[in-house]
Amino acid sequence: MSDVSFVRTDMLSEQEPPASSVGVIGWMRSNLFSSWGNSILSLASMAFLYLILSAILPWAISPTWGATSLAECREILHGLGREGHLSGACWGVIRDRWVQLFMGFYPSEFYWRPILTFILLFVALAPVLFADKVPAKLIWFSALYPFLMPWLLWGGSLWVPLAVLAGFVIGFLVHGVVSKKMSGLAGLIAGLVAAVVWWMFLAGIVSGALTSIIPLALESVESRKFGGLLLSLTIGVVAIGFSLPIGVVLALGRQSDLLIVRALCVGFIEFIRGVPLITLLFVASTLLNIFMPPGTNFDIIMRVIMMATLFSAAYMAEVIRGGLAALPTGQYEGADSLGLNYWQAQRLIIMPQALKISIPGIVSTFIGLFKDTTLVSVIGLLDPLGLSNAIRADAAWNGIVWELYGFIALMFWVFCFSMSRYSMYLERKLQTGHR
Amino acid sequence: MTTLTDPPKESFRLGMLIYDTRYRSMTIQIIALIGFLLLLGWLFNNTAQNLQELGKEPSFRFLGEPAGYDINQRLLDYNSQSTHMRAAFIGLLNTLVVAVLGCITATILGVTIGVLRLSNNWVVSKIMTIYVETFRNVPVLLWIVFAMAVMIETLPAPRAFKGEDPTATMKLYDTVAVTNRGVYIPEPLFSRSLGDVHFLGTSSFRFDVSMDLVLLMAVFFAGLYVSIRIKKNANHVQETTGNRPRTWHLRLAVIAVPLIIVLAALGFHLGYPELKGFNFRGGIHMRNSLIALWLALSLYTAAFIAENVRAGIMAVSHGQTEAAAALGLRPNRTMSLVVLPQALRVIIPPLISQYLNLTKNSSLAIAVGYMDITGTLMGITLNQTGRELEAVMLTMMIYLAISLSISMVMNWYNERVKLEER
Repeated sequence: MSDVSFVRTDMLSEQEPPASSVGVIGWMRSNLFSSWGNSILSLASMAFLYLILSAILPWAISPTWGATSLAECREILHGLGREGHLSGACWGVIRDRWVQLFMGFYPSEFYWRPILTFILLFVALAPVLFADKVPAKLIWFSALYPFLMPWLLWGGSLWVPLAVLAGFVIGFLVHGVVSKKMSGLAGLIAGLVAAVVWWMFLAGIVSGALTSIIPLALESVESRKFGGLLLSLTIGVVAIGFSLPIGVVLALGRQSDLLIVRALCVGFIEFIRGVPLITLLFVASTLLNIFMPPGTNFDIIMRVIMMATLFSAAYMAEVIRGGLAALPTGQYEGADSLGLNYWQAQRLIIMPQALKISIPGIVSTFIGLFKDTTLVSVIGLLDPLGLSNAIRADAAWNGIVWELYGFIALMFWVFCFSMSRYSMYLERKLQTGHR
Repeated sequence: MTTLTDPPKESFRLGMLIYDTRYRSMTIQIIALIGFLLLLGWLFNNTAQNLQELGKEPSFRFLGEPAGYDINQRLLDYNSQSTHMRAAFIGLLNTLVVAVLGCITATILGVTIGVLRLSNNWVVSKIMTIYVETFRNVPVLLWIVFAMAVMIETLPAPRAFKGEDPTATMKLYDTVAVTNRGVYIPEPLFSRSLGDVHFLGTSSFRFDVSMDLVLLMAVFFAGLYVSIRIKKNANHVQETTGNRPRTWHLRLAVIAVPLIIVLAALGFHLGYPELKGFNFRGGIHMRNSLIALWLALSLYTAAFIAENVRAGIMAVSHGQTEAAAALGLRPNRTMSLVVLPQALRVIIPPLISQYLNLTKNSSLAIAVGYMDITGTLMGITLNQTGRELEAVMLTMMIYLAISLSISMVMNWYNERVKLEER
């Protein structure tokens, strides 16, 4: 009998995948029309998209860029045979007013100052955001930036911010000298007293004297000239900058074993988080001057910045508390076993890690605050939304709605979206580093 | 033999307040307390001095004076002769109305969008991503004024409904009128009504409760209770015999039939809005401002809720679904018995804080003229009486009370669903 079993000796050649599972058709089959329900959903959403785009695109595509008033826009559109209010956008208003929407009423010859300020902001943030790509020495610039920024934006004598800075230096030096001679606590108290004495009594005289000798001054710009996106960014950046140290203190207070300290911190945080920002802005606009000693008068933007700082400090405290809670207990125990005291442990071990973990949260707090700065339009400040009302009050642009709102929305969207993407990237980067 | 002697008695020195860990915490706390009290005292002192200079005595008596302004969107009776307190109360109710409406629609929208964003369907998931990114990254105030502009600019005026050949028509078989003055929807009416019961006499917090509504609620909840009993019974039967009796029609009937009977007995009918003169009469008039605020807050918050829902569902590990499949559960049972209970644990806490945010954001009503607590107490009342301190503080306290109650619910929930760990 012969052996009839069959054994294949050579491999079959690979076959092309069926045409229905590759290429455009295959992609559509698996992603759009994989089942009846899916097909219906796809078609319905495409119809929905078509509806929206067919409503918006013909309106948005309108050759009115050069128009100088709404009436002129209407004429141009009329010439094209397009009638009615919603027949076409009037982009002339954006060309006419975009600078104002960005800068408010800031004097145009000084536009370089806010622009430089925000470019330098990136430089100052670089040691935090791109720690691995920039030299570590740059952190000194970051430390100087809080004094540079108000000088560039508001102008005035350079000696004022320098005198304020000198207060910190003096306090630090006194602290160093005294704590070496006497105890650490005495050093702390002496440093604080020296700095406060400097700020209260000497700084004004010294900066005044120096200004009269060497007048290093920029033309000062009043707060009420701030407007548009510049105002939003200024409030947002300054409030977040100040709220960070306050937030750290509040978070530590909330975590501490000291009953009264904890109660005070929890009370503050929960109070601020429990009320809407708008009520705090009303406090800024109506009450803050009542709370201050008679005769003091801050301008409204300063008051708003103060309340926004308190507001974001409460949220910041919660973000940092999250960062503290995310640290493994081993880190606290390790610091204890090295014999570090509370402040040394916080400074050297806990805070560097906790703050690093909290960066994404800090960025989202900033996004939230930045969006919330539009609320200042309710108390009459000219942020982009407030400016849109001011622009509408101009006879040439009376009746403009969608173009302005659309442009303002786009401005905020670009900022917030890029920041949120950056924070997501950071989150991914930090995750691999830590766990 | 050793003799035990008492340890040497330490004498108390002042330095020990700082250097001795036994006393240090007390010292720090007392210093903090003194500092806080000094700050408070300073603020009080300043306030008292300033108020004295302005000639204002802090008092809440203004709340009893007639308000003198009108509130067009309201749940309870109010006229311009009513007190400021009454106006604030109406405003508070308006805040709660828009918050509750907003929370409901935002949840429905947010859950739908969050689930659809995880869909395999490319177009759908991309549209949902665009939705979320668009709404999240633009300030809510902008959405509110934008929604208001849409209401005013694009919708037809009531007179467009007039005449032989109207340019606008009522929607949904002539029951709903969408105009630029607001939306008119049918109102429920009872021809054999049981009447209202009046509470709290003539005080500022007086309110009426419709007995029809009470009766309907009672019937509904009784039906719901019976329906739950039927379900429990079915579970019991299933556990003992292995067969699950079919009960859905019975469960539906015990809720629906009594409700329908009661509605018929009360003579339930709808009152439709009708065009009379230059405006609509009848029906419930939901003002522009309410609709715009409601719409904007729901759409904005929905984007955040969608992200929470997506994160919650993604947080349930795939092994759970596979294990459920290995146990032989069908997909919808897997969803309801395995995935959802675990996802909800992740979803609900941020969801509740979104509700909190929505409630706080509803204070932006002032931008579109919806008379909520901010618009009444902190808006017109403040401007008319000049009582900044009292009005702002009272408004803050009211919001704080609302927020703290919502947080309490959240803490209670967190406590209840907490995983029992070692």
